[in-house]
Amino acid sequence: MSSVATPAPAPRRPRRRRTKLQRRQTRLAWLLLIPSLAVVALVAIYPLGKTVYQSFTNQQFLAGITPTKWIGLDNYHQIWHDPAWKHAVILTLKFTVITVSFEFVLGLIIALVVNSSFKGRGVMRAVMLVPWAIPTVVAAQIWKWMLDDTFGVVNDFGVRVHVLSHSQAWISNPSTSLGAVCAVDIWKTTPFVALLLLAGLQVIPSDLYEAADVDGASKLQQFWRITLPLLKPAILVTLIFRTLDALRVFDIFAVFFGNRLDTQTMAIYIQSATVGDGNVGLGAAASVFMFLIIALFVVIYVTFMRVNEE
Amino acid sequence: MKHRRLLVLAGVIGAIALVASLSVAAASSNRPARVQQAAAVAAPKVPNAAALRKKYGGQKITFVGDSVGNGHVRDVALAKRFTKDTGIKVSVTPHPAASDAAYSQLARAFSSKSSSIDVAMIDVVWPGAFAPYLVDLKPKLGKQSKLHAAGIVANDTINGKLVAMPWFGDYGILYYRTDLLKKYGYKAPPTTWADLFKMAKKIQDGEQKSNPNFAGFVFQGNSYEGLTCNALEWIASAGGGHMIDNGKATINNPKAITILDALRAQVGKTTPRGVTSYQEDQTEHAFDSGDAAFARNWPYQYGIGATAGSKVKGKFSVTVLPHGAAGKPVGTVGGWQLAVSKYSKHKDATIEFVRYMTSPAVEKFDAITNSNVPTIASVAKDKAVVKTNPYLKPAIASVARVTRPAKFLKTHYNEASKVIYQGINQILNGTPAKNVLPGVQSKLNQILKQK
Repeated sequence: MSSVATPAPAPRRPRRRRTKLQRRQTRLAWLLLIPSLAVVALVAIYPLGKTVYQSFTNQQFLAGITPTKWIGLDNYHQIWHDPAWKHAVILTLKFTVITVSFEFVLGLIIALVVNSSFKGRGVMRAVMLVPWAIPTVVAAQIWKWMLDDTFGVVNDFGVRVHVLSHSQAWISNPSTSLGAVCAVDIWKTTPFVALLLLAGLQVIPSDLYEAADVDGASKLQQFWRITLPLLKPAILVTLIFRTLDALRVFDIFAVFFGNRLDTQTMAIYIQSATVGDGNVGLGAAASVFMFLIIALFVVIYVTFMRVNEE
Repeated sequence: MKHRRLLVLAGVIGAIALVASLSVAAASSNRPARVQQAAAVAAPKVPNAAALRKKYGGQKITFVGDSVGNGHVRDVALAKRFTKDTGIKVSVTPHPAASDAAYSQLARAFSSKSSSIDVAMIDVVWPGAFAPYLVDLKPKLGKQSKLHAAGIVANDTINGKLVAMPWFGDYGILYYRTDLLKKYGYKAPPTTWADLFKMAKKIQDGEQKSNPNFAGFVFQGNSYEGLTCNALEWIASAGGGHMIDNGKATINNPKAITILDALRAQVGKTTPRGVTSYQEDQTEHAFDSGDAAFARNWPYQYGIGATAGSKVKGKFSVTVLPHGAAGKPVGTVGGWQLAVSKYSKHKDATIEFVRYMTSPAVEKFDAITNSNVPTIASVAKDKAVVKTNPYLKPAIASVARVTRPAKFLKTHYNEASKVIYQGINQILNGTPAKNVLPGVQSKLNQILKQK
């Protein structure tokens, strides 16, 4: 072996035989990672695997009475042909599209406003987070009372200022129930979106805007040419968060509507089948369907992100 | 200094929130509480207390009890007395107000073999579903069970095992405002549904001039177990069967369609549009605040309205529910039993608690302080009990009882009831009955086929 270093013509592949140090470091890395991987496997992979397994059985909640046996794809057939499931999927998608778009637009406006300097900006940033800080079930119950058609504040005020002709049953009436629940969710989650977008806005260096001012760009041009492109990573992260949250929505629908059939989201359908009916196998199969739908959205978003980065 | 302003504002917001929530809490607690009454009539003393203290004193048991009306107050008063006399510590947890949610809570505890629940309130339709998880009470309480109504004891006996002791009975009755009937020229409460709607409309039109929140008729229309009870009364009283008869679903028939559409037409007219979110507490609140002329509810509401401080004290009475043109008045059987979990760590002490709670003395206490229907005949005939519970008079108490189809459905009762109450809730929310009932009937038949 020559010990004279000669310049290599091109970078070579790493040698398969690693040095003792490298092997020791790899072993240490694995040792440090194994606890975390074990926890992840226990908390995430085991329940997921068990759910998939249960979806092929007729597992019942009160398992003492009906023996559990393998039934293959029966649960999947049942859900595929269930009009209530189709309705739940469509309702959840409608809810997701409405709330995510409104929250995004409103959140962006709020983030832009709060990003500029004005007196009381710090206070404003704290106050705007109050709706998001209230636990969802508490906020949902409060809004449920406010929207009540007999003693609710919203109806009382609306009738007094002649915006409403008479008390509306916002929650009970099927034509207004989706609107009511979307409005409350938008009220609750816009601050969260605004916060994420604000974080993205603050990273944009201000001298870009100064340079644009010097070049004579209008505020609108600055928004489209500077702000939006540089905000894209934050926007994508926010949209992923919100879309996945909206697809899994449960608590606000449960408080507003309980067990009503026409307002079931995917998560409510699953909970109703698993705990209400005691049909764990069916609930597991529906969970797998829901998992696939959510995975589809994730794939779309990640592809979009990757395409963007290139 | 930027931080100081932030802190000041946070403090102001916090103070406002605190004051607002306290005033809301104070305002909502203005409804007549029977705490005073429960304290005035002391909980009965525990017989054989000294022996129980020696054997089981110091043990801790958990009782999952009532949450509707003043049920929790009653439970706490009895538990405190039991603890004081015997040294067995009873901690009372109210179960969810909706019966189907309470079912899920117990199902979760039993399926995980949890020892966190020792004794629980069981709805009259659950013994079949929970039987494998409950202790047989016949050896220790069989003699006492003979005091109770035979029909309920039979309901609570599954495959020869007495899985629960009857605690209080229930059936649907009609509450009506005697002063308003007089004011609008009616001599007697309505006997048919058509009469009820007519009277409700006239009274509502008159009263809404001064009280815009006034409604003619309120009941439980939310998508939960209580709606199955209400709907059974409507359908059975109109001659439309009992939803499931002889093991087959019969809910899709012309008489059922007619009566359900009749009620659907009233929603938004003589019944508030929001009735499809009403459970027992909302019905009671509307009637006892003076905002309703007629209400369908269980007997427990009587006691709350008759307490000093209630807006309708002395101004209301009860009668049997109306019937359809071709039917007769009925009341859905409700009522609760006490059952001991087989995973309890203190079964014997718990059984003694159940013995106390289902004794004649305590049933009399329950009837007088919380207007609970006694399941022991001698208590139901007691003069003091009948005085505070006029619905126990034979004219009303002898109304035909209809039972929900739990015996055909066993462990699938919750699932089947869900199909029923979701469908009826859809009808009340505006869908014609003939579009909903065929689907409900076929789903019920599917569930009946599962075993």
